[in-house]
Amino acid sequence: MTKLDSKIPEGPIAQKWEHHKSSINVVSPANKRLIDVIVVGSGLAGASAAASLAEMGYNVKNFCFQDSPRRAHSIAAQGGINAAKNYQNDGDSVYRLFYDTVKGGDYRAREANVYRLAEVSANIIDQCVAQGVPFAREYGGLLDNRSFGGVLVSRTFYAKGQTGQQLLLGAYSAMSRQINKGKIKMYNRHEMLDLVLVDGKARGIIARNLVTGEIERHGAHAVVLASGGYGNVFFLSTNAMGSNVTAAWRAHRRGAFFANPCFTQIHPTCMPRSGDYQSKLTLMSESLRNDGRIWVPKEEEDAQAIREGRLKPTDLPEEKRDYYLERRYPAFGNLVPRDVASRAAKERCDAGYGVNKTGEAVYLDFSSAIMRYGREQATVQKLDNPTDDQIRALGEKVVASKYGNLFEMYEKINAENPYKTPMMIYPAVHYTMGGLWVDYNLMTTIPGCFAAGEANFSDHGANRLGASALMQGLADGYFVLPYTIGDFLSHDIRTGPISTDSPEFEQAEKDVRQHLESLLNNKGSKSVDYFHKRLGKVMWDKVGMSRNEQGLKEALDEIRQIREEFYKDVFVPGSLDELNPELEKASRVADFLELGELFAKDALERTESCGGHFREESQTEEGEALRDDENFTFVSAWEWTGDPRESKLHKEELVFNDIELKQRSYK
Amino acid sequence: MKLTLKIWRQKNATAQGKMETYQVSDISEHMSFLEMMDVLNEQLIAEGKEPVAFDHDCREGICGSCSMYINGQPHGPRQATTTCQLHMREFNDGDTIYIEPWRAKAFPVMKDLVVDRSAFDRIIQSGGYVSVNTSGNTLDANAIPIPKEDADEAFNAATCIGCGACVAACKNASAMLFVSAKVSQLSLLPQGQVERKERVLNMVDQMDKEGFGNCTNTGACSVECPKEISLENIARMNRDYLAASVTK
Repeated sequence: MTKLDSKIPEGPIAQKWEHHKSSINVVSPANKRLIDVIVVGSGLAGASAAASLAEMGYNVKNFCFQDSPRRAHSIAAQGGINAAKNYQNDGDSVYRLFYDTVKGGDYRAREANVYRLAEVSANIIDQCVAQGVPFAREYGGLLDNRSFGGVLVSRTFYAKGQTGQQLLLGAYSAMSRQINKGKIKMYNRHEMLDLVLVDGKARGIIARNLVTGEIERHGAHAVVLASGGYGNVFFLSTNAMGSNVTAAWRAHRRGAFFANPCFTQIHPTCMPRSGDYQSKLTLMSESLRNDGRIWVPKEEEDAQAIREGRLKPTDLPEEKRDYYLERRYPAFGNLVPRDVASRAAKERCDAGYGVNKTGEAVYLDFSSAIMRYGREQATVQKLDNPTDDQIRALGEKVVASKYGNLFEMYEKINAENPYKTPMMIYPAVHYTMGGLWVDYNLMTTIPGCFAAGEANFSDHGANRLGASALMQGLADGYFVLPYTIGDFLSHDIRTGPISTDSPEFEQAEKDVRQHLESLLNNKGSKSVDYFHKRLGKVMWDKVGMSRNEQGLKEALDEIRQIREEFYKDVFVPGSLDELNPELEKASRVADFLELGELFAKDALERTESCGGHFREESQTEEGEALRDDENFTFVSAWEWTGDPRESKLHKEELVFNDIELKQRSYK
Repeated sequence: MKLTLKIWRQKNATAQGKMETYQVSDISEHMSFLEMMDVLNEQLIAEGKEPVAFDHDCREGICGSCSMYINGQPHGPRQATTTCQLHMREFNDGDTIYIEPWRAKAFPVMKDLVVDRSAFDRIIQSGGYVSVNTSGNTLDANAIPIPKEDADEAFNAATCIGCGACVAACKNASAMLFVSAKVSQLSLLPQGQVERKERVLNMVDQMDKEGFGNCTNTGACSVECPKEISLENIARMNRDYLAASVTK
């Protein structure tokens, strides 16, 4: 078994990053002009990395499959971005953000990386404000904050429910400036389909021009993968339709280890499913849990009456409601971390208290918040003896100012007014903590191939806290990678341009072409979605919120079965040389079908529960996730061997010097 | 629901396109418009035919990919709603629905309902940013207080999703609403002041080069905008442009 070298710098945790930055190799400005870097993906991590690297002087090529880099799925992040600014003077600090993140991740993240993340977080906000990102402000003109799950301070910066959009447009604008200067060459509607290694180093990619269908070779001295997560392996998730694992998976097949694939976040507040035709699930921001109270009826017969439409939730009196998060977790209440909130919802629904037709929904109720804000406003406006209706109207205004766009979105999709009747929510797949294994420099096990943002595994352990994905994406792209990539590239100042005429490029291009042609020539009888939906159902039923040995073993076989059928019977219309969305989907689903099996294998072998990974065999008496620190305080990094089931496990032992490992409690 | 769909089919950028007729049935009112299109495409694939190509990604109204001209309106009948968030409950059993791509010289059709909107990217590249490096060596985020009203107004302008519905709605195919939203966002913030004049001149110049039409103050852009970007932004941009032109 090879040992993974995480390259964590020596010294006290608070000094590691400073010290590392000043001691690693750098590339001189004159030499940066001689070096090319490919960045795949234009979300927060990709756009910020591309912009920063171009500003430093490297020649950057950026690739995105969307029609514009501004459409990457970071755009859909709603709630906010964490930063240890302590503007609210509530005791926040770099250490507290570090501690919350490690604890929130159920002690399965790498300490040094998380500390660095917390350390650079404050600067992200400065940077974004300088770019013109319009964060929410208080009347005094200073920045406003709110709270998110799993923490006891207010450190989340936000722009209504569109924080991801505003941050991404900031990074996109920084990138646009460099495109204008000619320092970034932008490839819209291009999809990376293979990583090319020359002499063991990542030296370029094979990409398909999605408009003309042309298969192109692109050389560079280093490749940064910022291609996002793989939640769409479940078919239904809050990810965009195009979000995929292909770039990361093809790198994995070329030698990059894939870490902790089973660590997937099931987000507690999404809109419930309504039917088989459903193409995706829509998230309702976690910020809603600041003011919304989650409940189901106390009595099963009330739940049944609600399901059958005989009873309205608003008619059920207070004493007949079970605010189960407040009951089970008095300290954190509705703001417990996502994994805990999701499992609690599943527990109540499985027990028969679900409130929609499918039995898979709980209420998120704003009526108390509306009345509370309304009374505050009545006092401010000095109204004498306001009526309940007046108070409610005032309160609704306040709630609208905080969450207006989310409420509108809910109403558009469900045709119900959430100001008047409680929202219905249910957990859905949202984010993947697992990803390509990277060292402290964010380099994968392939020299010269880096991974940033959701595509890597390092910072969130087994569960990500709310508003931390945006923080990590931008930290990696703006502040980490621009330094650490220099350490690798400093050896390349005399390499000269990377030729794409080498046999390695030729072979990789041939492989890609053959794979796509085989899909097109298959001429089977079932659509790509048919297989993707089947895969998703196995993943959700057996590798979802709650997992056990038997189910996982079944999943392994079923996924393999679906993959075999896919290659026998898939039908992909159209040709290679044109805009062909079905071909794009087929190539992505082919990779999901391999990843799914590794995912189930990883979940099977990790017999402990931790964070979002809940093994039914490993729980406390109260039904909480029970870790097994003695046997599982490590990162599972999988090496491709040609068959996902035969992947080889490498362990990176996790050492906790600055935080004591404890059973996580939010009671 | 049973529906008749009349859809623009065009093989590629140079081919001649035409409207084709399709029938779909068993459409639930809870489906989104794009889920209805998925049903049609599954049906076409089952018949061994080519599915209809259309841009879509997030399906939650924020990425700006989806771009269908439905019954003569960009994004269809419901106000302040993108195509992906439009639901079939807005339609009735037996309806005939016309679905076309955005139509504008600056947005050439690439295939079926997919158009090329890269002109928008080039407009932003010409100046839609604050020229600060991303090194983080800048003022503390709270060093410059910004009045809440200004920040909120800048935010409202910044919510533009760049979908291009404004151009599709405009009889002149003008991009003034899109361009003015970015110009306004940065004009309203202290960080945008340094390059205020240069920015508006460069962006308007690029807009003209891309072949968008002129603004004649009809206001269809704002009415059809899924994010309800205000016409005030166009007025603000015109003021900035005039001021910049005379003081250049």
